[in-house]
Amino acid sequence: MNVKLIGEHKKDSRACRDGLALTLNEMMAEDKSICYVDCDLMGCINTKMLRKNYPDRAFEAGIAEGNAAGVAAGLAATGKTVFFHSFGTFSSRRCYDQIYMSAAYAGLTVHVLASDAGVTAAFNGGTHMPLEDAGMYLSIPETTVLDPADYDQLASITRQLPSIKKGVTFTRFVRKGIIQVYGEGSEFEIGKGVVLHESDKDVATIITSGIMVDESLKAYEALQAEGISVRVIDMFTWKPLDEELVIKAAKETGAIVTAENHNVTCGLGSVVANCLAKNCPTVQEFVGVQDQFGQVGPQDFLMDEYGLRAANVVAAVKKAVSRK
Amino acid sequence: MNEKNLKVLAAEIRLETLKVIHSRGFGHVGGSMDLADLMAVLYGEVMKYDPKNPRWEDRDWLVLSKGHAGPVAYATYGLMGYYPMEDAYTLNQPHTKFPSHTDRKLTPGVDLTTGSLGQGTSTATGAALGNKIDGRDSHVFCVVGDGEADEGQVWEAFHFAYAHKLDNLIFFIDKNGYQLDGPTDDILAHSDLAKKAEAFGLYTQEIDGHDVTAIYNAIQNAYATKGVPSCIVLDTCKGKGATFAEPKHDHSSQPNEEQWAEAIAAAEKALEEVKNA
Repeated sequence: MNVKLIGEHKKDSRACRDGLALTLNEMMAEDKSICYVDCDLMGCINTKMLRKNYPDRAFEAGIAEGNAAGVAAGLAATGKTVFFHSFGTFSSRRCYDQIYMSAAYAGLTVHVLASDAGVTAAFNGGTHMPLEDAGMYLSIPETTVLDPADYDQLASITRQLPSIKKGVTFTRFVRKGIIQVYGEGSEFEIGKGVVLHESDKDVATIITSGIMVDESLKAYEALQAEGISVRVIDMFTWKPLDEELVIKAAKETGAIVTAENHNVTCGLGSVVANCLAKNCPTVQEFVGVQDQFGQVGPQDFLMDEYGLRAANVVAAVKKAVSRK
Repeated sequence: MNEKNLKVLAAEIRLETLKVIHSRGFGHVGGSMDLADLMAVLYGEVMKYDPKNPRWEDRDWLVLSKGHAGPVAYATYGLMGYYPMEDAYTLNQPHTKFPSHTDRKLTPGVDLTTGSLGQGTSTATGAALGNKIDGRDSHVFCVVGDGEADEGQVWEAFHFAYAHKLDNLIFFIDKNGYQLDGPTDDILAHSDLAKKAEAFGLYTQEIDGHDVTAIYNAIQNAYATKGVPSCIVLDTCKGKGATFAEPKHDHSSQPNEEQWAEAIAAAEKALEEVKNA
């Protein structure tokens, strides 16, 4: 890992999707075994360039995600490294049985790319808002489940995906320009959490990922101002979970808060709770969507509406500490 | 093409299919037995494969999208030397390599995993696409049940295969007229399946699915047709050659030992007759 934390809460001028699209474009030039399958949403993540540059390896499957997932699995069976994209809702709910049986159960690796993670689906509304997508993929044996925070983390993850040869991978990401958390060229290691702040005075640990990393960093600053020291971990790999890091944080700080852009019934909070219950029972508070459906609106409104703000993280930390 | 040899092979496949299912005592007899003639043509004459190297890159592929027909594949692969035939007599036993539905991770010769109906059409399509990218001179054969054709995914795959001009892909629709709950016309009637496939842009033929020469010729016609995938509708009799299953076209069967003995004796007799014809 080579991580440069910026953490200035400034919006990146680069669209997050380009961290994926430009990286894939480079990878496909270098590795002729890489194929790309999309479901009429290339225009949404700027991957039309792949079809233009690699017409024999980048395919439109149209608006038929179940078939597209199966085609991706079939391509994998012929030795291809296959990336498959649709919106988060459609790359999970709409093709779950195909991903489960044709790919995962069959021992075929497909790299699923799921755009518009959680409330970032914003103006497409509740029908398009994936709040359980990662939970569905967590439930499939041998999967890798990822929730990157920004452009550079997404790019770094994408470069590593072809090295995963066992199990289906699932990467949920944001299309638009979001807060830049990390400096250009930062490199991450799938399966390893990133400790963003720590000290020997920490009274709790915030474990987070995706768009909630920046909110958690803001929460860290607010708590610091009040004299409360907390650890912050970017756990962009939900599965396989970096259990060692979770257990260490629980033992050293004694309270855990998870913060996720996802339904708390089946996401990051759940996998952390599983780990803690088995290894080191610890008080935990869950920031995230509280078992609700999505709805339409600006992302800022939705983050307020579902309690995905630094203030919610701060409150959760105080509550967790009070329960110790 | 030697018609008699293929008829003999088909009779051997029927007999072994019965023995494989008999080893467990119950199973999907109907939809396995009706594919024996197709399997004989594919593995006895048409397909490129190497039983000692089942994942040979230049092989032809078979995808039984109607994965419950696994036993007919296990009988065929055993006869072709992928493994000793007796291995398949562990059907559905704990830790067997021969499960009800075909599984590429378990059974030598099985190219893709199937079971959830409709899905094999898409994975077969993906395999055909992958082989085409690599310029391999190989074909993918995919067998779909007529009941299975209720699944919308089948038609999504046909649509994709047409749009991507996959002329190395041949679908067979096993039109035996029955699905689990009864006759397809009663459960969810199709309009003409061949016309539907044709309307999706596939080069479509409809033949007697128990006529080995007709099957062979239809495949040759498909090979000669460039630029579009093919569909061959096989008119078949569900349970063909299984004395206890054929009269009622059962989906799955649990005959008693007397019925098994009668069926196996009849299949042995049928084999002798075709050998001596």
